[in-house]
Amino acid sequence: MNRLTRRRFLIGSMAIAGGVAFGVYQLRRPLPNPLDDIDQVRDGSAVTLNPYLIIDAEGVAIITPRAEMGQGIHTSLAALVAEELDLPWQTLRSLHGPTANAYFNAAMLEAAVPYPSWDRSWLAEGLRDATAVAGKLLGLQLTGGSTSTADAFIKLRKAGAAARQVLLQAAAEHWGLSLDGLRTEAGAVVDPDSGRRLPYPALAEAAAQIEPPTDPPLKPRQQWQLLGRALPRVDMVAKCTGTARFASDLRLPGMCYATVIANPYLHGTRAGFDASRARTRRGLVRIIDLGPTQDNAIAVVADNRWRASQAAAALEIDWRPAPDLTGDSVTMLDEIAASIDQLEPDAVPRDDGDAEQALRIARAEAKPVITAEYRAPFLAHTTLEPPSAVALRQPGRLKLWIGHQAPTLLRDLAAQQSGLDPDQVDVQVELLGGGFGRRAEVDFGLQAAAIAEAMPGIPINLTWSREEDIRHDLYRPAAVARCRGVIDQNGMPWVLDMDIASPSVMRSFAGRMGLPALGPDKLITEGAARQPYSIPHYRVAGYRPESPVALGNWRSVGASFNGFFHECFLDELAVAGGIDPLAMRLALTRDYPFARAVLQSVGELSDWETPLPRGDGRRRGRGLAMTHSFGSTVAQVVEVSVGTNPDQDGLRIERVYCVADVGLALDPGIIEAQMQSGILYGLSAAVMGEISFRDGRVEQSNFHDYGALRLAQCPEIRVRILESGDAPTGVGEPGTPPSKPALANAIYAATGQRLRDYPFNRYIRFA
Amino acid sequence: MTRSTDLIDLLINGQAYRLDVEPEMPLLWVLRDELGLTGTKYGCGIGQCGACTVAIDAVPVRSCSLPVAAAQGAVTTIEGLGSPDQPHPVQQAWISAQAAQCGYCQPGQIMSAACLLARNPDPSAADIDAAMTNLCRCGTYPRLRDAVRLAAATLRETT
Repeated sequence: MNRLTRRRFLIGSMAIAGGVAFGVYQLRRPLPNPLDDIDQVRDGSAVTLNPYLIIDAEGVAIITPRAEMGQGIHTSLAALVAEELDLPWQTLRSLHGPTANAYFNAAMLEAAVPYPSWDRSWLAEGLRDATAVAGKLLGLQLTGGSTSTADAFIKLRKAGAAARQVLLQAAAEHWGLSLDGLRTEAGAVVDPDSGRRLPYPALAEAAAQIEPPTDPPLKPRQQWQLLGRALPRVDMVAKCTGTARFASDLRLPGMCYATVIANPYLHGTRAGFDASRARTRRGLVRIIDLGPTQDNAIAVVADNRWRASQAAAALEIDWRPAPDLTGDSVTMLDEIAASIDQLEPDAVPRDDGDAEQALRIARAEAKPVITAEYRAPFLAHTTLEPPSAVALRQPGRLKLWIGHQAPTLLRDLAAQQSGLDPDQVDVQVELLGGGFGRRAEVDFGLQAAAIAEAMPGIPINLTWSREEDIRHDLYRPAAVARCRGVIDQNGMPWVLDMDIASPSVMRSFAGRMGLPALGPDKLITEGAARQPYSIPHYRVAGYRPESPVALGNWRSVGASFNGFFHECFLDELAVAGGIDPLAMRLALTRDYPFARAVLQSVGELSDWETPLPRGDGRRRGRGLAMTHSFGSTVAQVVEVSVGTNPDQDGLRIERVYCVADVGLALDPGIIEAQMQSGILYGLSAAVMGEISFRDGRVEQSNFHDYGALRLAQCPEIRVRILESGDAPTGVGEPGTPPSKPALANAIYAATGQRLRDYPFNRYIRFA
Repeated sequence: MTRSTDLIDLLINGQAYRLDVEPEMPLLWVLRDELGLTGTKYGCGIGQCGACTVAIDAVPVRSCSLPVAAAQGAVTTIEGLGSPDQPHPVQQAWISAQAAQCGYCQPGQIMSAACLLARNPDPSAADIDAAMTNLCRCGTYPRLRDAVRLAAATLRETT
């Protein structure tokens, strides 16, 4: 039985039979410490106390086994361990460490349960526990879903605290003293009575012989020295001096450089190719047909990356489109919209009151029913570092160096492709030049492995061209929402009914990865279905049409379009009811104090009650939106201005005010940066993001036609952080969903123009 | 086959090189693949994103679109600007502002800023907007603005 089938069986038995009989043994058995296998531990030059710590002569290195893609996760994870261990921050080392199932992400699967994050009922919590067990069985080392700090918050502090206990005990035995009087500070155990100190490296050998406590007490929050503060990031100096290493920066003896050309047509074919002109190019090493398993892509290998791309450009390839395929995105969007009429709902995750009946009554009483259709386009991720990987095939072994969000998945699939066991594949995770969900995909890693398979013994440095990246992304799906609303005699929403259709990211992703995808796709309605509002008749349904386009997770996934749909339509209801959008939301959040606090705060921060300046010839407006996603509640106010002649003087996004309730703020500096980042990622898409298909091909190819905001267009952004909980919730993604609707609502306020699809530069000139 | 007549002379980070490469090869790939100076990044290949920005005689140049034969003058890459132990004031300002996120665009951003401040020690907000045209997908722009102002202040004090 191959690995994929077995994995499907595991979660299948979990889901169907509860999997308890099989699961308990696996759950109770601790996974082996992956650091036992690293060279320094084997040769005795370093000691490991648990999967998160290596101690050598230089001191302590903390393993931070999540993808560092800009979100500062190496810093935040290192701080969790360092806090409990009383390590000095200035000299701290952190390493991504090996790829291993022991570094599985439990929170990722817990977040997938069909309950809102604020639901702490026994049923919701029970299901979260069960999925966490599944997480361990699957052993997925994943960075995604804004779950890294939630997953690590207890686990890494316990690791630090347990290590501290055995180090203390080792020191006590060394000095012949009782544990009680000893303290730890600045990376050493200290005996306050004598002033003697033993640095951790001097104690590591002895400490490793002591059984660590399984449930050591944690430092109370009041005693935190590192957590809750804006720390200098561990990766900052390297990233500002050009010494930070990304996968394509790797240089190995005898290394060759590769690029690929894949089929530009969706599901197209290749009739043939002529490589004769390419073969005469200087520096060419090899042209490899990667075959049907790699979509008939052709790899070109040379002694220099530019020479590889020159030879690739000289290839003459007869690509053919797929027959009988919807090959243009206008029709695709229409088909997605039509699925609302044609399909049964995939799920109805919100159904308060009786929206259907209430709409019938409203129509019978001739009350106005506000209706609107919203659309969102396909989008590409465009990480600034294009997909890149280094691969080396040796006898019985494959090594990959790659910036990746799901290295255990890549390891298993690469092993299968190369006919190896997973433990013969070594995936070394490098820094990611942007992730946003793109680097959870295995396509470029498997291509590098396939090229290396054809050229054993030679390290292959594969870097995609930007054109290849934009034409062969796993795209954020297009989506359509049909909305109906009725307001009551006080102008407040009485009915909100949304039908949302989008091809399933979950099915597309799971299908590629050999992962199970059972049941409805929660992602289709996330960001719209479980919002902290009370409306008497409130229904949100999801529809799951098929799509010829392969789809991926794009920063905030379903919430990236649903925030736009939900919050723009709510703004339409506020206008129809003649109610201030903030006042309306404050009333709608009466049952959700955490959301109400966020709204109140963003009202203060943005000075919402004070009218915007007039009389300088510019029209101004502000728009408000709030989305609860990835466990966090984020509200934003966008301010725009437009001159009297909008054709000459384009619309300016002046300011963004952002209030984020992140449960507990581990590092306010990083959280502020992530909110700014999420906002600009969302605003870039709202203003100018669109992937369109025509005749089966992606029309865009590089940053000239798939752009993003530049510094000159960047608004002033003010961020305020709230903490309503006792554990961290998502940070990397929740800033994105409210940004687009807040901008659309601001444009409406300034101009009276209601935008129901994007990119907005179709309709408006931006400065 | 002899190419001795086609050898290309370069001055990079104060060091002279004589290389046997095609004259039309973009400077970026000479830096990265021939010389191993990998701090300069590839992002688009068409001069749009600026990840490949280097300074030639203190003028910012998109090295992905400059044939190496045209690289006449003193080339400075991020490696030549400063080091982790001795960062250039612009790099130090970036570190103080905690500007980088994924970091991939930052060598180009820093080179653009260094060139701006070399010719304009006290740039206005509009000057910064006009000079800092490099793309950042992480959205570090708010902190880049802070970092440029901080670097400008530091450089004015020290000169």
